[in-house]
Amino acid sequence: MKKKKVLRKKIIILGIVFLVAICVSVGCGSSQNKTTADDHTLVVFNYGDYIDTETIRMFEKETGIQVEYEEYVTPEDMYTKYKSGAIDYDLICTSDYMIEKMIKENEALQIDTSKMEYYDNVGQEYLDFCKAFDPDNSYAIPYFWGTVGILYNEEMVDEEITSWSVLWNEKYKNEIVMENSMRDAFLVPLKWKGYSLNTTDKNQLLEAQKLLMKQKPLVEAYLVDESRDAMIAGDAAMAVVYSGDATVAMEANENLNYVVPEEGSNIWFDCWMIPKSAKHKKEAELFIDYMNREDIAMLNFDYIYYGTPNSEVYKLLDEETKEDESIFPVQEVMDKCEVYQYLGNEIETFYNQMWKELKSY
Amino acid sequence: MRGRWFLMNRKWLATPYAIWALGFIVLPLIMVIYYGVTNGAGEFTCSNVMAITDPIHYKAFGNSVLIALGSTLICLIIAYPLAYILSQSEKRGAGTVIMIFVLPMWINFLLRVLALQMILSNTGILNAILKFFGLPVQRIMYTKGAILIGMVYDYIPFMILPIYNVMSKIDKDVLEAAQDLGATAFTTFKRIIVPLSLPGVLSGIIMVFIPSLSEFVVADILGGSKILLFGNVIEQEFNVLNNWNLGSGLSIVLMIFIFISMAIMNRNEGEEGEAMLW
Repeated sequence: MKKKKVLRKKIIILGIVFLVAICVSVGCGSSQNKTTADDHTLVVFNYGDYIDTETIRMFEKETGIQVEYEEYVTPEDMYTKYKSGAIDYDLICTSDYMIEKMIKENEALQIDTSKMEYYDNVGQEYLDFCKAFDPDNSYAIPYFWGTVGILYNEEMVDEEITSWSVLWNEKYKNEIVMENSMRDAFLVPLKWKGYSLNTTDKNQLLEAQKLLMKQKPLVEAYLVDESRDAMIAGDAAMAVVYSGDATVAMEANENLNYVVPEEGSNIWFDCWMIPKSAKHKKEAELFIDYMNREDIAMLNFDYIYYGTPNSEVYKLLDEETKEDESIFPVQEVMDKCEVYQYLGNEIETFYNQMWKELKSY
Repeated sequence: MRGRWFLMNRKWLATPYAIWALGFIVLPLIMVIYYGVTNGAGEFTCSNVMAITDPIHYKAFGNSVLIALGSTLICLIIAYPLAYILSQSEKRGAGTVIMIFVLPMWINFLLRVLALQMILSNTGILNAILKFFGLPVQRIMYTKGAILIGMVYDYIPFMILPIYNVMSKIDKDVLEAAQDLGATAFTTFKRIIVPLSLPGVLSGIIMVFIPSLSEFVVADILGGSKILLFGNVIEQEFNVLNNWNLGSGLSIVLMIFIFISMAIMNRNEGEEGEAMLW
């Protein structure tokens, strides 16, 4: 009898120890690898492969500030990691809608541009675009920008594409790839019909939905990242993609071409922002300013080859690059491009319902 | 006394599993049910479960049932004869063939689906072979056919293994007795092998049909998100549309359907339940 009691006790104790161990290890996980940065470091968080690393080394050499550089894949990954609080990021580069979300959640700090030497290099027209998500340009400094357009294979398309209407051409049945994300899919018919992509008019939205349903039999697939690979492999004649993906695809397959239709499109921005967790705000501002310096911005432009908001860099480009409409669409098209705005709860729910109806159609 | 003490102690051995089950089976289940019968404000409602009557949802549900039935049937047609041949042949050879079928299971499921994509796409390996022989190029990728191929490919080991296990346990003496009594090969097959292998077939069906029913990754990758399965609807509610209540409500519908179909299959094989392998 005694033995039994002892054994039982032992097992209970073991169980408790086991449970406590789990709790402790889970609890500690978040605080264990907290970086302890001294005054001369700067923790930067950016998309993967989205900077010429040479510029970071130059920055370190010139300022004596040590840069701890980290990368992420999607804005959602970034947000989760940032929110976990494991690392106190000083500077984050991310996309427009995520910045809007973080500003609304009070996760962003105002950037002091008064002391920035090269702030004027940022073109005013781009700052105006950014007002869609940062109304007084106080939280975000644009880094690169791009568009949504049609990537097509010249071997499979024998006409010049200028309009979104080509995506409804029966000739390309089963050769069309659409974006598998709600707003990016709806922008196509909205822009084609001359509406704003931020429209909250339900009749316009329903018309767009009808058009997408009419298009569905022609669509080969609704893809997101895979559309780039499908186009490179020649699996489809045309796809709606982000200009960033288009640049990569065109490098891999020379038959591909990218166009922003004349009716206009979405223009997106990746910007620098300083999160609330920043421990080195001054250094972060110094880094942003450094990125805006002509020679540095030029190095990064050459490396990434997306649209640069830096007007000094633009002036230095050769004519061929300036006229590359896949990077810099002509002014008339740019005037019709819009940045996504948050549409409010009611329209979001309406969108969701329309999207579901389309997908099950 | 000693015996009972031993028994009581044995129960303690299940503690790690009990903790596991509590955290990862019972708790999530309670959460699904809680979300399923409440609305965003936390009030009780049946609307999430009743949402199955919405054409969007029951159409997707119908698609899922059809594709799951299709893949189960194809798996059975392929697996049953194979398992029969293997069970009749030499142990060593059979082991190798079984190994070949199980081998892909060592590779991550997602990777296998992506590999299928490389094979089936318009410019993929299959079409390259067809082209080489001057045959017309097949558009398989992003169709229902592609989803079906993907599911059969993924789930066929779950059909072969239980059938093979049951068949290889059939007593050889019984078969010899049948022959001695003048039964033809066909009669032996029909009267002895089929009835005795039924438990294996049933568990095979369950192990293929149920995961196929809730499948969504295959439909996403090989179907190009064009064909909406029930799993896609639920996944979309959670990941894209951020309506956990509706997603949970629909999950409850799926669970009820699975319970009912399991109950029907179990009733048919009531007494031999112990032979079930799942």
